[in-house]
Amino acid sequence: MASVNKRRVSVWRIIVIILICIITFVYLVPLLFVIDTSFKPWNTIKDWPPKIIFKPTIAPYVRIFTARTVYPPNDKPTAEEIAKMKWYERLTYKESGEQIVRIGDLPRRYLNSLIITLASVALTIIMATFAAYGFSRFKIRGKDDLMFFILSTRMLPPVIVLIPVFLMFRKLALTDTHIGLILLYTAFNLSFAVWVLKGFIDEIPIEYEEAAMVDGYTRFQVFRKIVVPQAMTGIAATAVFCFIFAWNEYAFAFILTKTIAQTVPAWLPYQMGVLGYDWGAAAAGSVLFIIPALIFTVLLRKNLVRGITFGAIRK
Amino acid sequence: MARRSNENSSTLIQYRALQDQAILRMFILPTIILLIVINIFPLFYSLILSFSNFTAKFPLVWGKNPRFLGIENYIRLVNDPDIWHRFITTAKYVVLSVGGEMILGFAFALLLQIKFKGREVITTLLVLPMTMSPVIVGLMWKLFYDPNWGMFNYLLGLGKIDWATDLKYNLYASAIADIWMWTPFVMLLALAGLGAVPQYLYEAAEVDRASWWYKFSRITLPMVWPLLLIALIFRTMEAFKVFDVTMGISGRGASAPALLSISLYDTAFVTWKTGIGSALGYIVLIIIIAITNIFVKYLNKAKQ
Repeated sequence: MASVNKRRVSVWRIIVIILICIITFVYLVPLLFVIDTSFKPWNTIKDWPPKIIFKPTIAPYVRIFTARTVYPPNDKPTAEEIAKMKWYERLTYKESGEQIVRIGDLPRRYLNSLIITLASVALTIIMATFAAYGFSRFKIRGKDDLMFFILSTRMLPPVIVLIPVFLMFRKLALTDTHIGLILLYTAFNLSFAVWVLKGFIDEIPIEYEEAAMVDGYTRFQVFRKIVVPQAMTGIAATAVFCFIFAWNEYAFAFILTKTIAQTVPAWLPYQMGVLGYDWGAAAAGSVLFIIPALIFTVLLRKNLVRGITFGAIRK
Repeated sequence: MARRSNENSSTLIQYRALQDQAILRMFILPTIILLIVINIFPLFYSLILSFSNFTAKFPLVWGKNPRFLGIENYIRLVNDPDIWHRFITTAKYVVLSVGGEMILGFAFALLLQIKFKGREVITTLLVLPMTMSPVIVGLMWKLFYDPNWGMFNYLLGLGKIDWATDLKYNLYASAIADIWMWTPFVMLLALAGLGAVPQYLYEAAEVDRASWWYKFSRITLPMVWPLLLIALIFRTMEAFKVFDVTMGISGRGASAPALLSISLYDTAFVTWKTGIGSALGYIVLIIIIAITNIFVKYLNKAKQ
């Protein structure tokens, strides 16, 4: 009797596990479709029914990296000229009949995204670690109110802040500058970072610090030599979260940047190429852009719940 | 905590306590100042703007000289049938997307209760959509939805429905993408809640030969409920403000679904009626605060 029961349970188990795998696969189909599209040759992108299996090409990636023009019909390159082309020029010509004019806008936007995100993360983490230590270890009048105040700044709908920030930035000539977006993203990540980091620092036993201070360490030395090294995992996890927020931000970047400091999310949705909609290039750009976030998600998996609840749940 | 070190009342430590105050200020003031300059000051600035007919456009046209209007902007908005229409559309969007996320997320979490090899890999894979950029998720779904060569209609056998720009469908298009992106969020919170249910409760129920339904409705659900409510609060607040996903899929203008956030953007940055835009922003803020408060009350009740 017991063994029958056991066998039934294990059969059910296997069925549910298979079901979970199928669901996961189906769930990721949109992502897989975009990755698939980013390798599609020019002439199969518009096939109906959509082709799933084809000879992959990296031409869409070449297209998203370059600015191109169409060859005039009476000025096609000769066989000799084609032979002299660089590999990516030849690839683009054979794919879409276009000539590469110059390097495209993507590298610069990507660099902007990187500079703005990394600088704001660094600034956020430095300020937040100090503040979190202060909130964790010192007696502060109205501490709970202050912490709540910090949290509440995060809950504001960005649009409410966007209008006055737009006016402030214009007055201070910060529109379309890296420094403007860096400050903005720092302010938006700070509340989150202070909350999560305070949770991590609260977990460090205070005894080490007291012992060190008896030994004559100053507060600052205690902070630098004892607290920061012990909170390193928490700091790293928080930094990764801040990276993801800043990297993905759209509304502010869309309104406050034009060209010089424009980030990828503010730019990519509006790039469809000269030959109508160039889905291959758009897909390639999307894939390149989401790769850092995906890698970080995998690194973060143990701290995800803690991050998305502002440190409220410490699993 | 500085208080504790004060108890060993040596002069050295008293000196340090004094120094602590200076250090404390140095540690937390930069954060407070930046938050006030970039978050709190704009909040009040916005409130003042919402009582005026100020325009941010160059050269200034609407209302020529900005002047104080009192609550005229608010009255105008409340009497505008288009705003009501947008409010209802947004509410529909919130119910659809958050409802879908809650049901799917909780279902996924329940399925993932089974321990097996590769469970963590599956969880990580399912979480991936959540950390992508919403506007890029929108763009990806726009590709996926495309009536001429996208996969969505083909896989579901739906014929050539133009999800992204057809006014009949574009709200659902955004809601589906939103559900896809944020179901993992609910799933993660539900998993955390399910993991915290003490095993002995199930064992006791087992001894009593309780049915599956009894265990689910009397043990699992009440224990996970507070976390599901937290997920509900977070998602409702976010869904109300939805902008990025929709901008990625439908863009703004004629093809966009009639959402409050899109209208907010149009009023403030396309027609440049900054004053009215600020007032609308405040109305949205008040609605969000009200809804959140109702949920938080429920949450406190559920926690007892």
